[in-house]
Amino acid sequence: MDPIRAAMLKRSRSAKRERRGKLISLVCISLIVLVVAAIFFFVASRGLATFFDNKVNLWAFLSQSVWSPAVNDAHGNPQVGALPMIVGSFGVTFLSAIVATPFAVGAAIFMTEISPRLGAKILQPVIELLVGIPSVVYGFIGLSVVVPAIRHAFGGTGFGILAGTFVLFVMILPTVTSMTVDALHAVPRYYREASLALGATRWQTISRVVLRAALPGILTGVVFGMARAFGEALAVQMVIGNAALLPHNLISPASTLTSVLTAGIGNTVMGSLENNALWSLALLLLLMSLAFNLVIRWIGKKGEMKR
Amino acid sequence: MQNYSLTDTFIRPFDQGQEIALATSALKVFYDDHEALHGVSLPFERYKITALIGASGSGKSTFLRSLNRMNDTIEGTRVTGSIMYRGVDINSKQVDVYEMRKHIGMVFQRPNPFAKSIYDNITFAPRRFGEHNKEKLDQLVEQSLKDAALWDQVKDDLHQSGLALSGGQQQRLCIARAIAMKPDILLLDEPASALDPISTSTVEDTLLQLKDHYTIIIVTHNMQQAARISDYTAFFYSGTAIEYDETRKIFTRPKIKATEDYVSGHFG
Repeated sequence: MDPIRAAMLKRSRSAKRERRGKLISLVCISLIVLVVAAIFFFVASRGLATFFDNKVNLWAFLSQSVWSPAVNDAHGNPQVGALPMIVGSFGVTFLSAIVATPFAVGAAIFMTEISPRLGAKILQPVIELLVGIPSVVYGFIGLSVVVPAIRHAFGGTGFGILAGTFVLFVMILPTVTSMTVDALHAVPRYYREASLALGATRWQTISRVVLRAALPGILTGVVFGMARAFGEALAVQMVIGNAALLPHNLISPASTLTSVLTAGIGNTVMGSLENNALWSLALLLLLMSLAFNLVIRWIGKKGEMKR
Repeated sequence: MQNYSLTDTFIRPFDQGQEIALATSALKVFYDDHEALHGVSLPFERYKITALIGASGSGKSTFLRSLNRMNDTIEGTRVTGSIMYRGVDINSKQVDVYEMRKHIGMVFQRPNPFAKSIYDNITFAPRRFGEHNKEKLDQLVEQSLKDAALWDQVKDDLHQSGLALSGGQQQRLCIARAIAMKPDILLLDEPASALDPISTSTVEDTLLQLKDHYTIIIVTHNMQQAARISDYTAFFYSGTAIEYDETRKIFTRPKIKATEDYVSGHFG
């Protein structure tokens, strides 16, 4: 038989190796998918038990403001109103994002448009360092600097949403900044040239052309920052006061989904209502981060179509 | 490729009667320590098309980009020498570059419309300079698009994205955007190199029409294009303007050996 034909009909060594490589990467990705699915299943099964086994009303869980799972109320119904934590979590998240975004965009513009050399040499390492600081350090600084400062300025205990906002602001700033920097870098050079060649000033070019083109990327960065703020537990727990009460103002002690979880999960018995209620909070957190992810994807797609 | 002498040059003298729109003298460009342009002195006559030709890396684009100081935006670039425009050396610190660029517009090699509508692309610069009268802007958009030979194709939907157009249409949109500022001089950096032959010929027709009102300086790799549309041609080689003359002469009876070899396709 023709040797070339024979060789073509036999599976070669490289073809076998390629199959093996495909198999290995398939195993890896399946493992990751499996882990994620398992986490979802576990959290959902425990979190939904509150509603199915303990017969808590879902609407009551989301809208009532008394969180006291250990004690039933006068009618014998469990008191698992998660509204204070929901308000607390969204409060610190949105406030810190609102405060951080202008700073992040300003810093990113400086680093990419105004002084790229200084940006790359000094600011980039500083921002990377900020990302690397453990959250307990942020919390500790918040506890010993921010909380007393707020107590001094506004009275009260100093613990509360305002303190949480400040700590989260510093924590998400590097995330939002570095993603905004990436978004600005991705704006092609010929865009800037087109604008400058028409006689537009540098500021007009930045504000009208560069920022506009980078908008989807910047929004993605902000949402990423919000996702981080929403999920941050330790640092927030150290400064927010941990009172499961509906906050009346920014400086009264409050709590977030994460702070209640970290504070309570070790003190409850598996299978009890107290424990199940905490799992429900965890489920809510998981669903929210899913929602943030979807928003990010949606922004990405929207931005693509505009180009 | 053989080496040609950089001192053996011919620059066409202009008569008193010919109006010079822009003239450079001893223009040198440095990228950090590397001298990319070795002192180019060229005058450009008003309401004519001047083509800059030469091989890649010969400095013709670098030269063009210096004329409205786009090289300012590249870090480490230094430009020495003078560029006389209306009696002012625009390569000096006192000159407001933004104001100057309103009068010396530029169109780039790659069509670069903004991710905005056709209308907003054209009104971008006029609005930045304070024109907000809707009627005047509408008129300006129509006139610019007509001048750039794009009006008939887009007049039904001026609010579609500039990026939805074809490559040739995008380039004509960029030309329309540049002439909406009513500049004196239009610099074009290989405006047709990314276009197909049909779009190229439309862009060329557009330029020939614009010649009545604008002084045009165009960098091109396409020698037929230079021969078709330009009145004068400058041949660049290795950072030097080797020969500058009427286009007809450059392509039929070049005075310098390097030019002759280049236009006859012996190198480049």
